Amino acid sequence: MRLFKKKSTEILEGDLTPMIDMTFQLIAFFMLLINFSEVDRAEEILLPSSALAVPPVVRPDYQIILNLEPSGDVVFEGQKNGIDVLNPLLSRQVDAAAREGIRDPSDIAVIIRSHKDTPTGIVQELIAKCQESELQSFSLRVKDRINQ
Amino acid sequence: MQMSISEPEEIKINMTAMIDIVFQLLVFFIMTFKVVAMEGDFNIKMPLASESADSLDEELPDLITVRLEAGENGNISSIIVDDSETLREATMFPDLTNIVEERLAADGDPEQGSETEVEFDIAYNLKYSYTVKAIGAVSGKVLKNGDIKTLVKKVKFKDVGNGF
Repeated sequence: MRLFKKKSTEILEGDLTPMIDMTFQLIAFFMLLINFSEVDRAEEILLPSSALAVPPVVRPDYQIILNLEPSGDVVFEGQKNGIDVLNPLLSRQVDAAAREGIRDPSDIAVIIRSHKDTPTGIVQELIAKCQESELQSFSLRVKDRINQ
Repeated sequence: MQMSISEPEEIKINMTAMIDIVFQLLVFFIMTFKVVAMEGDFNIKMPLASESADSLDEELPDLITVRLEAGENGNISSIIVDDSETLREATMFPDLTNIVEERLAADGDPEQGSETEVEFDIAYNLKYSYTVKAIGAVSGKVLKNGDIKTLVKKVKFKDVGNGF
């Protein structure tokens, strides 16, 4: 007795076009949002928060980002240094800015990203060290808090 | 003469390899994606000592001095405004905002805020988060409707080494 009728073995091909379209859009989305400037940020630094800080609208012509740890170490371009040995690094940055046409060191923006528990005296020491390289324009970076 | 017209053959491209790569790219971007919190700046101008001496002839802005004193573990203990008013309560930061706001209002000129300068004299071991809180307190206040009222725009630190 024959129980089952033999079915035709036709290959089913689904239309993959919408899926590929959507996948490419997702890739484009993530590619646009990916942040390659992680070297400027030190993940272990927890910034203090404030609702009154001004979000940076225009990127300065030349900026130096200094990440300050509670211990007093400065993370700069992915390397950890003590404040005492910063002068050569800062001088190199001032020279690099001059090569890009920024001759006046006061036009260089120094962005200080300090951990919230760092003693303020250490922050001031860092500012004083930057002043030795004739840097004068400082920004204290904080986490933006929308609602206070 | 009869010409034979052959039916166009359907060309099929094998998409499997491309889809594999595309999915690997997608997984890479999803895994490396990191949501970064919004950040803002408090701008402070710290001119060099020699330049400060050169500009002595210029008209000096109204100056409010604020001392931040630290207690145990680097927590804030009190705020002293112009060596006269001492704030110790839990509401010391809103009180500081009110004092600055009253000072600016007493001058009558709404643009006075841009001219007035606040100089902070901060204890060495005070935690940085309190310093930022104090700078925020003199910089402005958040109104009930969510708008921000700007108070003082110029902020500076007293010379390093004057911690107490």
